[in-house]
Amino acid sequence: MASKVVLSSPDIERALKRIAHEIIEAQRGRHDLVFLGIPTRGVVLSERLAQLVNDIEPQHIDCGVLDVTMYRDDLRTKSTRATTPTTIPASGIDGKTVVLVDDVLYSGRTIRAALDAVTALGRPAAVRLAVLVDRGHRELPIRADFVGKNLPSSVDERVYVQLAETDGDEMVGIR
Amino acid sequence: MKHFISTRGIDSATAIRLLDTTADMADVRQRDVKKLPTLRGKTVANVFFEDSTRTRLSFEAAALALSADVSTFTSKGSSVSKGESLKDTVQTLESMGADFIVLRHCDSGAAATLAQSGWINAHVINAGDGTHEHPTQALLDAYTLRSRLFGDSARGRNLAGVRIVIVGDILHSRVARSNVWLLATLGAHVTLVAPRTLMPRDIAAWPVAIVHTLDEALDEGVDAVMTLRIQKERMNDAFFPDAAEYTRFWGMTTARFDAVRANTLVMHPGPMNRGLEIAGSIADSANSTVRDQVSHGVAARMAVLYTLLGEDAS
Repeated sequence: MASKVVLSSPDIERALKRIAHEIIEAQRGRHDLVFLGIPTRGVVLSERLAQLVNDIEPQHIDCGVLDVTMYRDDLRTKSTRATTPTTIPASGIDGKTVVLVDDVLYSGRTIRAALDAVTALGRPAAVRLAVLVDRGHRELPIRADFVGKNLPSSVDERVYVQLAETDGDEMVGIR
Repeated sequence: MKHFISTRGIDSATAIRLLDTTADMADVRQRDVKKLPTLRGKTVANVFFEDSTRTRLSFEAAALALSADVSTFTSKGSSVSKGESLKDTVQTLESMGADFIVLRHCDSGAAATLAQSGWINAHVINAGDGTHEHPTQALLDAYTLRSRLFGDSARGRNLAGVRIVIVGDILHSRVARSNVWLLATLGAHVTLVAPRTLMPRDIAAWPVAIVHTLDEALDEGVDAVMTLRIQKERMNDAFFPDAAEYTRFWGMTTARFDAVRANTLVMHPGPMNRGLEIAGSIADSANSTVRDQVSHGVAARMAVLYTLLGEDAS
């Protein structure tokens, strides 16, 4: 199947900058921000977003990693997935605004698992969702607050994200 | 992996992944909310034909921490005393909905027999079979070693170059056997120490060095000494003259402890005979990993339950 580049490296950078602005706008200084990245690429994106927000309006932002593996609803129908460590800020997430960050939003099931994982870690004032790509086909009533690119796709197509830190290359493609 | 019977034959990548998963489970155990929803709706049956405190409680805690339902069967006071066979017993448990059978049995090979029998569809986890293996104990021991030796940089690592002495009743020890296979797979140098009477005869092919006094083994310089329990219930022969003589040649005494490197770890799978194979003051010292081993046991068993669950996909 033919492969097509949807976002180039500068496109990704622009999208993340816009999301950073939107996060600040939505936040209006109400609560402390905590960015929780969902492995693997969500972690990279969350660190970049935290940096971008800090560049625009300097503030203290905690970053963490949220492994949702153990909360998934497909564990007994898929072969064992490797778990990764969850790291949350020492001060916890209670009363803060948690921004979940992932690369692609698809069925919404990962985010459903992430919401359960967050609940087990504490009680944030609010939970938001930022994704680089929303490709549609939701199976649950979940939507993102911040979207880099809406990418209508067919279920037969594969959307892939490559980031410099994890893949050496930087692009979003579809095939 | 459908069953967890033996550490023999587990490849290095799988072993490291089990250790990493154990680390993630141990992290969960530190949180306010210690429960995961992973095994919701599954039932873990603990089937114990032999006495046990920590292994049974540890498997129960692990299953509960993963939100499984737990039923515990002990042969004492059961229909086993009426002559019910292992086959009928486990089939009864499976009919009641057991998805995992955790089996402790006095006969070597019982867990393997059950796994290969075709009697049941449930996952079988070996919680100790005779003098054969106790693989979850080896997993928690390897995890304890790795985390104590490498701390925050432990993830993804093996135990290459780590020197471990296992001392005591190797002949009857399923803990020693499981540890030998797993530690060797992880790249550790394992030295076995035992009186000649308590050393198995057929171990030329084992990936270990063998010496007969503890002083000889400690002279080489070691990272950890794993002391084994003298199993009074299996001491049915003249294996050594008396307890004092055992302690003199093979016990972890304070004199030996003072002579080794200051950061040498001392391990014991429990239950301990204080003053026989390990001095009480060593068991309570900062070098002792005894308490860590117990707490890591729950995380290690959670990791095994989780890893087997993925096998239901097919």
